[in-house]
Amino acid sequence: MDMDTLIDVQHLTRYFGTHRAVNGLSFQVRRGEVLGFLGPNGAGKSTTMQMITGNLAPSEGRVLINGIDLLDNPREAKAALGYLPEQPPLYRELTVDEFLTYSARLNRIPGNRVRQAVVAARERCGLAEVGRRLIGNLSKGYQQRVGIAQAIIHQPAVVILDEPTVGLDPIQIREIRTLIRELSAEHSVILSTHILPEVQATCDRVQIINRGELVLTDTIDGLTRRMQLAALRVALRFPPPAAALQGIDGVQEVEPLEEGRYRLHHTPETNPAEAVAAAAVHGGWGLLELTPERLSLEDIFVQLTRNEPMVEDAA
Amino acid sequence: MIGHIAARELRTLFLSPLAWSILGVVLFILAWLFLSQLDQYVRLQPQIALMQAPPGLAEVIVAPLFGSAGIVLLLVVPLVTMRLVSDERRSRTLPLLFSAPVSMIEIILGKYLGVMAFLSILLGLIALMPLSLLTAGSLDLGQFAAGLLGLFLMLAAFAAIGLYISTLTAQPTVAAVATFGALLLLWVINLTGNAVDDSGSRGVFAYLSLQQHYEALLGGVFNSSDVVYYLLLIVVFLVFSVRRLDADRLQH
Repeated sequence: MDMDTLIDVQHLTRYFGTHRAVNGLSFQVRRGEVLGFLGPNGAGKSTTMQMITGNLAPSEGRVLINGIDLLDNPREAKAALGYLPEQPPLYRELTVDEFLTYSARLNRIPGNRVRQAVVAARERCGLAEVGRRLIGNLSKGYQQRVGIAQAIIHQPAVVILDEPTVGLDPIQIREIRTLIRELSAEHSVILSTHILPEVQATCDRVQIINRGELVLTDTIDGLTRRMQLAALRVALRFPPPAAALQGIDGVQEVEPLEEGRYRLHHTPETNPAEAVAAAAVHGGWGLLELTPERLSLEDIFVQLTRNEPMVEDAA
Repeated sequence: MIGHIAARELRTLFLSPLAWSILGVVLFILAWLFLSQLDQYVRLQPQIALMQAPPGLAEVIVAPLFGSAGIVLLLVVPLVTMRLVSDERRSRTLPLLFSAPVSMIEIILGKYLGVMAFLSILLGLIALMPLSLLTAGSLDLGQFAAGLLGLFLMLAAFAAIGLYISTLTAQPTVAAVATFGALLLLWVINLTGNAVDDSGSRGVFAYLSLQQHYEALLGGVFNSSDVVYYLLLIVVFLVFSVRRLDADRLQH
């Protein structure tokens, strides 16, 4: 394990009674990385987050935060940890300033630096004007920001956010995403969500969990590559016989779709788009459309998370 | 760290009208009792003066006042302790404490001291009533101090039991009712003991009773076994609370 691995999760398992909510999860997050943690509802996302933050004891496995074992040295490990649970833990009867001061002290920020930390966290989360207002009277979006401010007030190495954009309006969602990107400059961030575009917008790496097990770990670039299908979609005004299309260099298979439209499968190494265009011009087929086909993240997600129930039905 | 948690707890108490209304109602009732006791003393003073060993102010006024204060506070402490943990559990704010670098012991002690700070304020205000007699006469300060210590220890035991019961549930009202039931049972448990013929078990019931130990201290008898009884009760329930809170992480 190198020095830059801030979160190291090893074989994490959690039983609730006989139900295994999380099963042998292992992953690492490096400094400056935003890890998107995806999964359908009830897949074990929140349980995993609770275990990484010390809110739930794992049945088996280890969690190292910044190289410190969370179970052996909870105090040192938690000092390097900021956590926003699914429901932000806010005392509604306190003002924003009072609450942030309290959480700064809980995180053992020395007395003479508390004020400074509160101001910094407030600025960062866009709470400057609401410092004196009661948390209970703030809108959901502002409450969410107070929750994030609370998680980053002690400049922890690791920030863990459980569905931070739920219930926010699109503008607030963009603001929070920008904030998360900013955070990743100095912190490692784990972001749990089931909003797929959010992952593409904010994360460096994606991890999909289903039924307590990791079914995919990949970088966003790898994922983009995975999303590229080896196929082209063409629409022609005067379609030639299928054999003519089949004859183009690199095309393996021609799949007729609706009228005048075809899906041309090709090998991943070659891209026959140019040849198709040239042939279309040459043969006067009246090329209307030529697009590489791609899967959406949603397709991959559904593919990965649908498989298992079907296996179970068969069993 | 314990201090910060305690301060937050105290602040939250005073931000709700609950603390203020408790202070107001308790002090009003006790002031009423205090004045009627004082009135009685003044009326009987000619006869008391003729007695060989006249009872002092402490005996006639302070002991009954503290005695009633014990009962009034038995009703009130559950209301103060009910939301300590249960409310945090219900509004899901416990993760704030659990993911901060704070141990369970610090959380429990912080909450306990927060409540004790409030009860000490209440106790201080109650103590001012008999102390006001010093302006007009003399008071057996020893007996007064023993009574005050007794009341303080009993409140501390009430609060420890209330805190523990608050860790068991997510409903503050359930915690209040259960705490009230537990305290009342411990208060009257010696009555059951009286009905039992066997003197050994009677002794056990009598020892368990909160009231028995309190009355000894009110009478000005400082017996270390009474003090130990309260301290034991406090420590046991604080340890239970820490264990119970820790069990939240281990839930199955």
